[in-house]
Amino acid sequence: MNANKTAAMVLDEIRAEALRSWEQMRQKTLIAVGAATCGRAVGALEVAGVFREEIERLKVDAAVIEVGCMGHCYAEPMAFIFKPGFPGICYGYLNEGLAARLVRDFLVDGDPCVEFALAADGVNDFIPTFQDFPRGLVEQKMVMEHCGLIDPENIEHYLAVGGYGALAAALAMDPGEVAKLVKASGLRGRGGAGFPTGSKWDLCRAAGEKTRYVICNADEGDPGAFMDRTILESNPHLVVEGLAIAAYAVGAGKGYFYIRAEYPLAVERIRKALDQAGKYGILGKSVLGTGFGLEIEVFQGSGAFVCGEETALIASMEGKPGLPRHRPPFPSEAGLFGKPTVINNVKTLSYVPYILRNGADRFKETGTPGSPGTAIFALAGKLVNTGLTEVPMGTTLRQIIYDVGSGIAGNSNFKAVQIGGPSGGCLPGETLDTPIDFDSLTRAGAMMGSGGIVVLDENDCMVEMARFFLDFTQKESCGKCTFCRLGTRHMLGILERITRGEGRPEDMDLLLELAGDIRAGSLCSLGKTAPNPVLSTLKYFRDEYEAHIFEKRCPALMCKDLIAYYILPHKCERSCDACVGSCPVEAIYSNEDRIKVINQEKCVKCNSCLVACPPQYRAVVKVSPPDLAAGKEKENDERKSQDNH
Amino acid sequence: MSGKVRITIDGKAIETAAGEKILWAALDNGIYIPHLCSIRENHSPFASCRLCFVEIEGYPGPVTACTEGAAEGMAVRTRSERVDRLVRTGFEMIMSNHRTECGVCPKNRSCALQKIAKERGLRLKPGRLEKLDRNLPVDDTAESIIYDPNKCVLCGRCVWTCKKTGSGTLGFAKRGFDRMVTTFLEAPLGESGCSGCSACAEACPVGALALKR
Repeated sequence: MNANKTAAMVLDEIRAEALRSWEQMRQKTLIAVGAATCGRAVGALEVAGVFREEIERLKVDAAVIEVGCMGHCYAEPMAFIFKPGFPGICYGYLNEGLAARLVRDFLVDGDPCVEFALAADGVNDFIPTFQDFPRGLVEQKMVMEHCGLIDPENIEHYLAVGGYGALAAALAMDPGEVAKLVKASGLRGRGGAGFPTGSKWDLCRAAGEKTRYVICNADEGDPGAFMDRTILESNPHLVVEGLAIAAYAVGAGKGYFYIRAEYPLAVERIRKALDQAGKYGILGKSVLGTGFGLEIEVFQGSGAFVCGEETALIASMEGKPGLPRHRPPFPSEAGLFGKPTVINNVKTLSYVPYILRNGADRFKETGTPGSPGTAIFALAGKLVNTGLTEVPMGTTLRQIIYDVGSGIAGNSNFKAVQIGGPSGGCLPGETLDTPIDFDSLTRAGAMMGSGGIVVLDENDCMVEMARFFLDFTQKESCGKCTFCRLGTRHMLGILERITRGEGRPEDMDLLLELAGDIRAGSLCSLGKTAPNPVLSTLKYFRDEYEAHIFEKRCPALMCKDLIAYYILPHKCERSCDACVGSCPVEAIYSNEDRIKVINQEKCVKCNSCLVACPPQYRAVVKVSPPDLAAGKEKENDERKSQDNH
Repeated sequence: MSGKVRITIDGKAIETAAGEKILWAALDNGIYIPHLCSIRENHSPFASCRLCFVEIEGYPGPVTACTEGAAEGMAVRTRSERVDRLVRTGFEMIMSNHRTECGVCPKNRSCALQKIAKERGLRLKPGRLEKLDRNLPVDDTAESIIYDPNKCVLCGRCVWTCKKTGSGTLGFAKRGFDRMVTTFLEAPLGESGCSGCSACAEACPVGALALKR
C-alpha cells in the first residue's frame, strides 16, 4: 500500500508544477493554432508564423502554441484565441492576412471579429459554441476531449488536464484487477476486428513466459482513414498512458509504438512524448516511483499495408519480411520474438485511461450493449464538413453524414457510404438508419474496420469503386497464399474488364463465387476481407454492374471507356472558344454555325473541356454509352440539312 | 502433449501422436490430401498453398490440415462440398498461374499438380479463370539446374531446403502477384553463390526447378 500512495504522490508533485505553468499561461492571451497534418497541409504553420511576427511587431503580450486537431478538418487552418475577458474563440478558414488582422483588431483593439469566428468554447451571448452545432448533439468525446486544446509536445499540458492520473490509479491496483476492469468495461479492439481487449490481456497474462511485450499498432493504412494519425499527433501522451497501463496489466517491461513511416509528425510527437515522460519519471526503470519498469520504443513501419495484420507486424519487427503467418498461436501466447505480446490499436489504448478514471460502468453507459463506448470516424469524400468525429456507438450513419458532416457537398445526391476501408463495404441509402456498431455493420455487409467513412455521391460509379479497392488489396497482398495472391488478381481482372465495357454475362456469378472462396480460403484477414467491397456493391448496386455488362453504360458517367463528351448545340455560346483552347489534342472544332463539335476519334476524354466551359453555359456534357454522342451528332447534321432544303 | 490420440479420418480409425498435423496423419495412413507447400520437418507450417482443406467435426468451416494438430476423438473428413469447392478454386488459381507444358516438362508424370488433378478429378486447365502467364525469363545459368519461374507455384519448399541443406541462395522477393523465388538482387543462379547441390530441384513439386537433362 505504501508504494501505491507513492505513485499518486509522485504524480501530484509533478502535476503541481505543471498546473502552475498552465495557470500562468492562461493568464495572458494565448493563440493555439491547429497544427496537426490536416492543418499543416493547408498552411497552419504559415498562419502561426504570421501570428508570431505580428505579436512581435506590435509588442502584444501573447503566446502562440501549436496544438493538434479538434476534428473540424474542413475549417483548417484553425486557431483558438484565449484572451482574458473573452470566451475562447475559435477562428476557422484562416490565412496569413486574416491572422495579421486578428492580432491587430482583436488583440490590440479588442474587437473579436465575430464575422470570422467559428465557435466559442464557453456559453456566451454572441458566438455559438461547438456544442450548439448540429454535430454537438451527436458527438461525445472520451478520447478526443483534449485534442486540439493542449500542446501535444508539452507534457505539462497533458498533466495539467489530469493526464497520467489513470496510470497512477492503475499502479495502485493489482495488475490482474486492471485487466479485470478493462474486461468488465466491455472495451472491444478498435483496429477493426472488435476482439474484447480485456480477454486479449488475460490471454497474455495467462501465458507462461515472464518476458512480455506490448505493442501499439499505429500502422493505419486504409484509404480515407486518419483517426490514429490525428490522435497520435494531437494527444500523444494519452496513447502513451494507455500503453503504459496495458504494459502494467500484462506485466510487460517493454513496449513499442509501431507507427508507419509515412506519419513523420506522429513519429516525432510520440518520440518527444516518450522522452518527456522518461524525464518526468513516468516511464523508465521505476514508473512513478513504484518499481515497475517500462521502456517504450518507436518502431517505424516501412509502408506495407499488410503489416497492420498482427502476425505480419511482428514479423517485420523481428527483421523478417512482413508476411502474416497462420494463427494460432496468437501473439498473446507467442508474439514478438516468441514471447507473449499484446497488440492494441491506437484508439483502443486511448480508451483505457478513460476507463481507469471513470470505471467500467460509466464507460458502458455510452454506446450499445454489444459495443460499449464511442467510435471515432474519419469523414472523407463528398461531404460538406470532412474531418474527425467521435460519436457514441449506435449512432446512425444518417446522423454522422447529415448532422456531423452537414450532408452532401455540391448540388449532388447521396449514393453510398464506403465504411471500413478495403475490408469494408459500400452501403446504400436504405441502410442509413443502421446503428453503427461492430455487429450491425457486419450484418449489413460492411465492417467497422478502423473507422474510415468515405461518402459517395451519384457521380461515383460503384463498379469503379469496387475496382479501386480490389486494385488496392491486390497491390498490397503480400503474395504468400494462393487465394489472396491470385484470387484478388483474377477479381481485379474481371472488374477491369467490366469497367472497360468488356464484361460478360457470367462475370457477376464468377465474382460471387471467387469472393466466397477467397473469403473462406485465405490465410489472413487481408485476404478474407478483400472481397467485401465487391460483395457489398454486388448486393446493393447490382443494377450498375448490369448496366456496364449488358448496356455498356456507366450510370455515374465515370468509367472512361463507357462515356463520351458531347457539346449541346443549343447551349454552346459559339463565340466562346474556351473548350477549344483547353483541349490538349485539338479534338474540338467549330462547325459552319460556329457551334463547337468534338471529334470523337481524337478525343482522349481528359475532361478539360467540361471544366473549361463557363458555368453560365454548361454546354459540355458526358454521355454513356459513348455511341450516344456520335448518334446525336448525326441527328444534328440531318436536322441541319433538312433546314437547308 | 506427448502420447497417442485416436482420431478418425473419413471414418477410418487412426492412432497418431498428439498434436501431429492431420495432413501427415492422413498421408501416413494412406489417405491422400492435396498439398504443395507443407514440409514435415518444418514445425511452423507455411500454410500458403491452401489446398489441404479438410472438415473437422465441430469446426465452423474447412481448415488446412497442415496446421491442425490431432486431438483425441477428432473426426476429420477429407471431402465435403465446401472442401471440394475450395480445393477446386485454389487449384484453378494455381493452374492459371502455372505455365503448363507437361509434354516437355521434366516433372511430367511425377508432378504434384498432375497428382492433385488425378486424385480429385480436376482439370489442368484453369477453367473459369484466365491464364496469367508472367512471361519471366528462364534461368539456365547454373551448372546443374534450370529454373523456370513461370512454372513456380510459390510453395517455398526450395527456399526451405536451400536454407537447410544448401547454400541459402534462394529466397522470396517482391510481393503480391509479383512475389517470386529468386536470389539476392535477382542475380542469375550461376552467379549467385549457388553450390549446385540441386536439393531444390528435388524439393520442387512442379518442375520449376529441375535438373538439366
